[in-house]
Amino acid sequence: MTDTLRLTVEAAAGMLERGEVSAAELHGAYRAAIDERDPELHAFLTTVDEVEGDGVPIAFKDLISTRGIETTAASKILAGYKPVFDATVATRCKQTGLTLLGKTNMDEFAMGSSTENSGFGPTRNPWDPERVPGGSSGGSTAAVAAGLAPWALGSDTGGSIKQPAALCGVVGLRPTYGTVSRYGIVAFASSLDQIGPIAKTVRDCALLYRIVAGRDPCDSTTVELPQPIELPEAEDLRGLRIGVPKELNETEGIEPGVTERVNAALGLAQELGAEVGECSLPRSVDFGLPCYYLIAPSEASSNLARYDGVRYGFRAKGNGDIRSLYARTRDEGFGDEPKRRIMLGTYALSAGYYEAFYGQAQKVRTLIKQEHDALFERFDLLASPTSPTVAFRLGERTENPLAMYLSDVLTIPSNMAGLPGISIPCGLSEGLPVGLQLIGPQFSENALFRAGHALEQALGFDFVPERLR
Amino acid sequence: MSWEAVIGLEIHVHLKTRTKMFCRCAVGALDDPNTRTCPICLAFPGTLPVPNKKAIEMTLRLGLALDCEIPERAIFHRKNYFYPDNPKGYQISQYDEPLCVNGRLQLPGPDGAAEIGITRAHLEEDAAKTLHVGGAEGRIHGATASLIDFNRAGTPLVEIVTEPDIRTPEQARRFLQLLRQTVVELGISDAEMEKGSLRFDVNVSVRPAGSDELRTRTELKNMNSFAFAARGIEREIERQIGIYESGGEVEQETLHFDPGREDSPPLRSKEEAQDYRYFPEPDLVPVEPLRDWSVEQLRSELPESPSARLERLLGVGLELRDAEALNLEPARVTLFETIRDTGVQPKAAASFVLNDVVPQVDPARVAGTELAKVLKERDQIPRAALDAAVAASASDGFSADEYLLERTVADASELDPVIDRILSENGQQVEAYRAGKEGLLGFFVGQVMRETQGKANPKAVNERLREKLRA
Repeated sequence: MTDTLRLTVEAAAGMLERGEVSAAELHGAYRAAIDERDPELHAFLTTVDEVEGDGVPIAFKDLISTRGIETTAASKILAGYKPVFDATVATRCKQTGLTLLGKTNMDEFAMGSSTENSGFGPTRNPWDPERVPGGSSGGSTAAVAAGLAPWALGSDTGGSIKQPAALCGVVGLRPTYGTVSRYGIVAFASSLDQIGPIAKTVRDCALLYRIVAGRDPCDSTTVELPQPIELPEAEDLRGLRIGVPKELNETEGIEPGVTERVNAALGLAQELGAEVGECSLPRSVDFGLPCYYLIAPSEASSNLARYDGVRYGFRAKGNGDIRSLYARTRDEGFGDEPKRRIMLGTYALSAGYYEAFYGQAQKVRTLIKQEHDALFERFDLLASPTSPTVAFRLGERTENPLAMYLSDVLTIPSNMAGLPGISIPCGLSEGLPVGLQLIGPQFSENALFRAGHALEQALGFDFVPERLR
Repeated sequence: MSWEAVIGLEIHVHLKTRTKMFCRCAVGALDDPNTRTCPICLAFPGTLPVPNKKAIEMTLRLGLALDCEIPERAIFHRKNYFYPDNPKGYQISQYDEPLCVNGRLQLPGPDGAAEIGITRAHLEEDAAKTLHVGGAEGRIHGATASLIDFNRAGTPLVEIVTEPDIRTPEQARRFLQLLRQTVVELGISDAEMEKGSLRFDVNVSVRPAGSDELRTRTELKNMNSFAFAARGIEREIERQIGIYESGGEVEQETLHFDPGREDSPPLRSKEEAQDYRYFPEPDLVPVEPLRDWSVEQLRSELPESPSARLERLLGVGLELRDAEALNLEPARVTLFETIRDTGVQPKAAASFVLNDVVPQVDPARVAGTELAKVLKERDQIPRAALDAAVAASASDGFSADEYLLERTVADASELDPVIDRILSENGQQVEAYRAGKEGLLGFFVGQVMRETQGKANPKAVNERLREKLRA
């Protein structure tokens, strides 16, 4: 039986190509790993036994619509809902021959940073099951880290790919907004949601991004990639200018162990030939999080209005008029975090508050974008920790939403600017993975892959969790 | 004190696109329930809107026809509210950056033209249709269930909002008529009230004549015809004046008319102040009409406006009633003008087109100049020849000549023998006539016409008969 813990997609594809293993056998090996390890981790909400395709297996975050396969966004309000169509990214994966392993756990409607907000129970971190995998794509990152899937698709709104990738010791890319179709993705905050790849290596991430990226006529906000995606080969960083924004590296709450690993990685980057210089993003970091928590909930309050019990999903039992049907269905169907954000967003969009909240936040968003653009005149990429901390314990932040929101303080600013970012593992602190975040200008995915790959090679991080080796 | 009314209109028009506004379902609101639906218009999770370019173009053409400014950028907004006919929980509409702004429609009338400002024309999607069953007459009150038909959900709808420039119910009626005509001739909508492809609401307030204040207005909804609307507005104006004259205050409310029962008084309701939480639709990018369309070309391709035509018709002295009836079809006006240009009096030409031509043949196919030749000789040819000419006037190769050959018989030497015979055969009637029953003249004329198979000249027959009966 194939050892899925160490197997990269490139290696698996090679085995398939050489006929050493069939697509069905490969799928079976991962399904066996799921059966063995997922009862402890709970990375999957649904698993798939049928093997359709001749390629490498993949797992999808449960907000990606899959025809005939339950798609819940980890919300009870969508329990039992089976889409009648495939999301564009699912279609593209199918067309490439990828076989589906299942649908991964997440924070309900992607609202959260620990996967504890799932309506169906939390996912645990493969490095330490007492700890969270991060979120909201925690099921996808845990699955890849624990060898339950060679790669996976996640979604990132405020940091939901990068942050859990960091906490699980895998690679995650949040692409440039508009490069990956959102058609068929259960929406959280439309102007921020982006689908992206999660894998063990940067090259695997690049491969998956190449499959899913590009204009989709079904999503008006998508664009054609200005240049094709290349698989990174470079082993040095000569000529690369890396900016280190002070605020992203010195903000309150960054653990010393995290700073240490990130600084070491930046030192290594210099050894590889990169120029590393300090810079500043004062407004982006100060205002990014508060503005995010106006814009994302505002859009969410509207996007989640369709879950009314009338056409699909959960409907509360009992009689009453339409108002009462709505109220009871939504009260029983939504968890606390969606309710909290629906209320925040409804308030921020209300007459008399719109200008002060939503309108103002959009203006600040423009400032954040300009602040980043200015830095990219001096630097090719920016670097910081992905998460201020390593994986925290289950329950540690659930009683304090604000502490949970701060998990994304370093990923939100560039997300607000629509910029791509990658998180690569750069070592361990207290035995847990630390993620390095690299941010680039719009459409700079090739540069992120090249830098990420070179650093990954130099760092030599072992992505198999110590307790599973 | 004398009062004047301040009236504004909001008109909704269904666009005649093949597919819906944001998905590619066929438009077919009247087809079997829920057969024109897809995951997008049913608002399944993850679906996204893609705008219908044809609908945007139709709206731009309407805007240009209404002399609107077309901005560089227009955006769609979400209008949020919960109702089962609104599957997404929001309607995609337009808010502060619509496709067309600041237009006007010249409204020609018997007392000169009035200019009615067009505040905006914007594009949005229609809601689904709810049917309440188990109660009385489809009303929600007492119903045991509500059924939803999503065929109509997502069909493109243009909303046109006027400035409060209308002063009388009759003006409102004429405006609606002219706007409808404009929309139909642009080919962008059938604009049929019975089919629901044209709906409108009216805002009414009154003020002392000559003042420029705007007092509390009421909104009139659900009126099913333009004439009905004019009567409803009339009554509402009287009601408001009555309130002010007895020292009261008009309250802001909505009057819901029952389209089935024109006589019943409207139901009144206080509109709850709805907060629609408008915000820019993040699933769509801005529309850039000036970049993606050649607006000047669209403008140059507009047909002549019904407003300009109406003004010309009134200008030649036609009554409003005839002018409006001619204006219902550009071909009627063309035919009218062709005939009039041959020297026929406008009133006679209008009456001929409306009463003789329109009921018989398609005016668009009529050879107007030829037909006018026959019309001008109508006194000299048999009535039947004129009717036959009208009937044939839409056929290929129609020529006046063959009908003009049939001159009527006016010559006494030909008429007298016939007249003498008829008088001698009807001695009793002759005596009655001479005793004072002069109404019998028509009887004798009829007999002569029958005897001559309609070829006698009626004027000559009349004259000869009178003369002979006098003897």
